[in-house]
Amino acid sequence: MEEKKNKSVIDKFWDLLASVQLAIIIFALIALTSIIGTILEQRADEARNLQVLAKLFGESVAPALYTVFNKLGFMDMYHSWWFITLLILFSVNLIICSLDRLPKVWKLTTEPMAPSPEEKLRKFLITREIVIKGPAATVRDTVTDALKQIGFKSQEVTEEKGFQFFSQKGPYSRLGVFITHFSILIILCGAIIGLRFGFKGYVNVPEGTATNLAFADRGTRNIPLGFEVRCDNFDVEFYGMSDMPKEYKSWLTVIKDGREVLKKSIAVNDPLTYEGITFYQSSYGFMNEYMDRGIFLFRLVSANGQSSDVQLRPGDSFQIQGSNISGKILNFSPALRIDEHGHAFTYANQMNNPAVLIDFSESGTRTLTGWILKRHPETWQLPNGDRVEFLDYWGVEFTGLQVRKDPGVWIVYFGCIAMSIGLFIAFFMSHRKIWVKLIEEKNSTKILVGATANKNRAAFERKIDTLLSLLGRKEKGEK
Amino acid sequence: MNSAVFFGLSTMAYIFAMILYITYLAFRKQEVGILATTITIAGFISQTSAIFLRWGEFADLSGMGILKSAPLTNLYESLVFFVWCLILGYLIIEFKFKNRSFGAFVTPIASLMLAFIDLTGVSKEIQPLVPALKSNWLLAHVTMSFFAYATFALSCSTGLMYLILTSKKRNEGSYFFWTITFGISFVVLVAMGIDLLAFKVAVKPDVFIQSYLFKASFLNPSTTIKIISWVMAFTTGILIWRYGLLLNSIVRKFNVTVEMLDEITYKSIAIGFPVFTLGGLIFGAIWADQAWGVYWSWDPKETWSLITWFIYAFYLHGRLLKGWRGKKIAIVAVVGFVAVMFTYLGVNLLLSGLHAYGSG
Repeated sequence: MEEKKNKSVIDKFWDLLASVQLAIIIFALIALTSIIGTILEQRADEARNLQVLAKLFGESVAPALYTVFNKLGFMDMYHSWWFITLLILFSVNLIICSLDRLPKVWKLTTEPMAPSPEEKLRKFLITREIVIKGPAATVRDTVTDALKQIGFKSQEVTEEKGFQFFSQKGPYSRLGVFITHFSILIILCGAIIGLRFGFKGYVNVPEGTATNLAFADRGTRNIPLGFEVRCDNFDVEFYGMSDMPKEYKSWLTVIKDGREVLKKSIAVNDPLTYEGITFYQSSYGFMNEYMDRGIFLFRLVSANGQSSDVQLRPGDSFQIQGSNISGKILNFSPALRIDEHGHAFTYANQMNNPAVLIDFSESGTRTLTGWILKRHPETWQLPNGDRVEFLDYWGVEFTGLQVRKDPGVWIVYFGCIAMSIGLFIAFFMSHRKIWVKLIEEKNSTKILVGATANKNRAAFERKIDTLLSLLGRKEKGEK
Repeated sequence: MNSAVFFGLSTMAYIFAMILYITYLAFRKQEVGILATTITIAGFISQTSAIFLRWGEFADLSGMGILKSAPLTNLYESLVFFVWCLILGYLIIEFKFKNRSFGAFVTPIASLMLAFIDLTGVSKEIQPLVPALKSNWLLAHVTMSFFAYATFALSCSTGLMYLILTSKKRNEGSYFFWTITFGISFVVLVAMGIDLLAFKVAVKPDVFIQSYLFKASFLNPSTTIKIISWVMAFTTGILIWRYGLLLNSIVRKFNVTVEMLDEITYKSIAIGFPVFTLGGLIFGAIWADQAWGVYWSWDPKETWSLITWFIYAFYLHGRLLKGWRGKKIAIVAVVGFVAVMFTYLGVNLLLSGLHAYGSG
């Protein structure tokens, strides 16, 4: 007695977990709670969200609300225990719901078709009746032809007063919804594998240096890569004279056990992968502390046309060949701007407008000091006709790389493909069944058509009307 | 000829078609209806040419090749494309269901959006692309998302019409729902219009919209204006609630059955949902993986598209498995589109995230 009652509770619980009701409630809950995380900035500084809360609810209650919301995990809600619980519940519901329904649907899918008695035929949702002259034996071919024309290969049985044809299409389309549901589980599995066995990190690599580790996005963990990545060069191109980057690129070399094993240039949308670890171009910047090892490439052109290329470091001096002008590099700015009073200042910590300050002397006596800007060739010209062309710089920039290892990503992609296929089947294909019964009467044959479709019945009905008009036309043609 | 000329022509055509469709609805003159359809088609052809011309102009300017130069990279271009999808969807429905009445509903949305683009001074310039947007995924991701948005827009308008037709008493829940939804959309649009008139200053559009949104009304520093705004908003809401039944008699004139509305709502969602899943969510995830190294990062744009996805999943399960019909399900369809609009515009205008560049 006691045990029976227990079992029914378990049954009820099973039914609850398998129910569409629960699914719908979970959809609504996930949708609603997700909104929180789009308003409050996730994993952000306390001050930022305090500001958001103050804006929404007023200064006075913001700190108290923050404490409460923080306790509830709202500041990192997609990783909070209750959101994870929701996702687990979602998966459990998906699994049990599928297990609950699969046997029934599987039966419908694999069940062989059988001829149908007349009473049953007349009760289908789509039924048609037509009478054609001639005995059943001659009408028979017309019917098989017409069925073939609308795309049904039919089976045939001989009956007491005639024949019956039956055929079905797309029984497996009933499984589309299971493929879709299962694909969600695959994607979630892929995501878990990625979280468990992969990592997300970043590393800034100055030009000319190499690194064998990355830094985790969360926490302060160092991640050893197992090989070295060297940044040979970094380059950024801007749109015209603006500060909007058009493209940025890093030339990377992978070094394993002291040997160069891979060379590739990477850009945004074009990463590099080695041993399952992928490097994405994500940012770049200028390194002040690397200034003294930076190299500038100048082309010195004298007024009489002699030209020479030189590589210089800050503080170096040079002599323009074929001229009596010499120069010394005094200063460097990655992004130079001149304010309205004529003062030069650096406005950004990126190589937006690189410039060097050069002290010029003529035959040993100082003549002028001026900025030479890479972007502005008009600053290259010296008063006496010589030119100092600022061609390139190297060694003072770093490339910002996103470093990721995600062994689950292919599982996620596989799940995505499965989901696309599943959805396509579920929404655009249907299981259609058709029965055509021929009953011989005096001089004619009565044709009874019965049909079912589990989706988009209207379209199937149109198809069946085509079938009937084909039969009718045949009759007229034979007359 | 450049694209701007054709864009202008199509805007004018849609406005003209709007007047004709409304006239048609009022007088039921067949010739007016045919003229309205003809002009809509002409506008559509003109807009199609404009989009392709702009595509070519962009490809020439950027030198990135055709595939990466689809004109779908900023707010202006996406709004234009959205209108294009909407008109295409409407024309298909007009021919399929042999019913012109929806034209009076759809062309005003199209004209309003294009007029909105003109008035706000949303930047029409062909803008250079940030490196993250230079991808072959752009075309597939954006066209499919907007195709889905347009189907959702259709389902929302038929859902709304369904509610307007079936809610006959002012104290019904569904009546409250549609008048409030209608009222809020109306008030928000008007408030944005006032912002425009009040701050017609030459600032960059993204800065403009984000920092001036509702500053002339609800967020005005002056308390008096704030109070007036709220009072006006409530009055509008109450007026719509009081006289909403008038709309019922107008929609009745459309000659549509509630069954047909319900069917169109369902069918558009049934087409939009798989397309949205594949083009919006899956292609978006793959692209994010290529560009940022994470296929899912819970940024507001991603999260809101997931919210949208769940709402439509809710709709489909409710309808197909629970057998929900009628008002209940029509409300879900409308709520779904509110989420779509938030995903498309709200996230860029109100929230910040990785997708912030989409607002220019």
